[in-house]
Amino acid sequence: MSVKPLSRLLDTYVYAERTPTTWCPGCGIGIVLQSMIRAIDDLGLDTNRIAVVSGVGCAAHATSYLKFDAFHGLHGRVPAHATGIKLAKPELTVLCLLGDGDGLAIGGNQFIHAARRNIDLTAILFNNFTYGRTGGQFSPTTPHGAWAQTAPFGMMERNFDVCELSRAAGATYVARSIAYNGNLTTRLIRNAIKHKGFSVVEVLLQCTEIYGRYNKQGDGAAMLTWQREHAVTPGKAAGLSPEQLEGRFVIGELHRSEAPEFCEEYDRLIARVQGKAR
Amino acid sequence: MNFGQRQLMMGNEACAAGAIAAGVRYFAAYPITPATEIGEVLSRELPAYGGKFIQMEDEMGALGSCLGASAAGVKAMTASSGPGITLMQENVGLAAMAEIPVVIVNVQRAGPGTGTIDQTQADVMQARWGTNGDHPVIALAPSSVKECFDLTVRAVNLSERYRVPVYLLSDAQVGHMREVVTLPRLEDVRLVDRPRPTCRPDEYHGYEFRTPDEVPPMADFGTGYHYIVQYSVHDRDGFPNPGKPAELAALLQHLDAKLSWHLDAIVDLEELLLDDADIVVVAYGTTARAARDAVVMARARGRRAGLLRLVTVWPFDTARVGRIIGDARRVVVPEMNLGQIHGEVVKATKDRRAQVLKVNRVDGCAVTPQEILDTIERGLG
Repeated sequence: MSVKPLSRLLDTYVYAERTPTTWCPGCGIGIVLQSMIRAIDDLGLDTNRIAVVSGVGCAAHATSYLKFDAFHGLHGRVPAHATGIKLAKPELTVLCLLGDGDGLAIGGNQFIHAARRNIDLTAILFNNFTYGRTGGQFSPTTPHGAWAQTAPFGMMERNFDVCELSRAAGATYVARSIAYNGNLTTRLIRNAIKHKGFSVVEVLLQCTEIYGRYNKQGDGAAMLTWQREHAVTPGKAAGLSPEQLEGRFVIGELHRSEAPEFCEEYDRLIARVQGKAR
Repeated sequence: MNFGQRQLMMGNEACAAGAIAAGVRYFAAYPITPATEIGEVLSRELPAYGGKFIQMEDEMGALGSCLGASAAGVKAMTASSGPGITLMQENVGLAAMAEIPVVIVNVQRAGPGTGTIDQTQADVMQARWGTNGDHPVIALAPSSVKECFDLTVRAVNLSERYRVPVYLLSDAQVGHMREVVTLPRLEDVRLVDRPRPTCRPDEYHGYEFRTPDEVPPMADFGTGYHYIVQYSVHDRDGFPNPGKPAELAALLQHLDAKLSWHLDAIVDLEELLLDDADIVVVAYGTTARAARDAVVMARARGRRAGLLRLVTVWPFDTARVGRIIGDARRVVVPEMNLGQIHGEVVKATKDRRAQVLKVNRVDGCAVTPQEILDTIERGLG
């Protein structure tokens, strides 16, 4: 697939007059957003039939720059807002732009129950391992031992594996990518949107000014390189022992299954009840 | 539902019927006594009307999903009780700031905490000030099963008209009470829809107001009119714009003016035997039933007593309540709490001669007519 120039995509999908964005130099959110926009463009979706929903955090600000219907709501309640939108208008493509704190700490309950229902939402989880907006406190995905403003002696808690969690909660499409691999991110988001059901694409990305700086990981380029060096494909991972996989992460499509989709089930229920009424 | 028919109904059932009649087609809730029946009825009834019920994982999710559905253009409602309403408060702030119509039924139970499931009116101040920041809110208090229906319809209409969260302040007594009511036929129920844009999509600004009190037209998602439903301080398109004092002030004054400039259209006060009254009982909700009896008993004993019933509790029209009380020498405020509306009545009478007395019960039992009568007559010859 040929890669379209960014300038044409910007005209169609982004409010240029609202830039510069709120994000720091070197941040990975914009890179992931470009992948998302390319996925939408590849699918030829009507921009009037897309809703983006976000809560609070760095990634949440993305909704403000996109030429879609946008819902910039509560911290953690994104899957709930999106559930209301999708049930009210199932014909819309609804994207949840989640952060690791927003989606998995304060919003953990909303996240797992949206997955359990298998409602047709696409959750893109921007995982930067930290609360960037508030200055670098630890999140549910901060690696063990990493430094954070509220983990000055190193992160003591265990962290979530976002994809394992999603799969266990009932998500029917689960994938992981890295900001470094834009083409993979685009492909996975494209597949996630096409998939009927609750789909999760976790994207590991660099927070250069907070997480990266405190943990001495170098600049944006260095952090992107780190992502590439620590990512393995599912095929390669299958041949590695747990010890060899330690500190690495598997990228690509990790899970896909078929299950009844909640909105379709509800529409069937309405048809059945109304059929009886007549 | 048996619209257009005379029937025996519970208050919570009448509330559910009111939601359907008002055009609510999305209802999300989390189970809690004494509100649960509303969701149970709607889970059965909504699909036949093309509507959807969803039992959410918690109350934050329940009201949060209602706000999503409302933004998409569907009238939405939730129901809960004190502890659940407490969890919903973040969403009340979102509805106020983002100007999303929604109705929240609070079938009040005694607090604080999980308290008990007994009747109370202890969440009146929570309804007004439960979420953070200055914010607009409307609250209506039904006194009967029929009013559970009528005021649910009115709550939906007001939320649509003004793009604000509206509470129905029911309680365990009226919610579980059974009375014979005649529901109107569906086609006879007057419905109000939110203002929607008529301009071209490229000329649309979701939060543009030309006068502070103007309710901006609200576009449904999926119609090509883009704006950002926005929780934070924002410009006319919903783009966050913190740090601009004049714009912040204009936004907050707009949110307030939507209601405070239109009190006459919003505030419904019922007056009974007030023309010559020198003793005024100010009551609302189920307590107003006992107050009505007390006033009739007092009249039979030669007292010039009357009842002012607050059908709309919030906004509280301080000036109008003061005018109605006028030169009365005594005001009695019975409540199933320790005196929440009493303070508002004191404010309304601060330049008047009336002595304002409280009658309070917080034992999970209703205030009786005799208790109110005793206070009406206390110290009088």
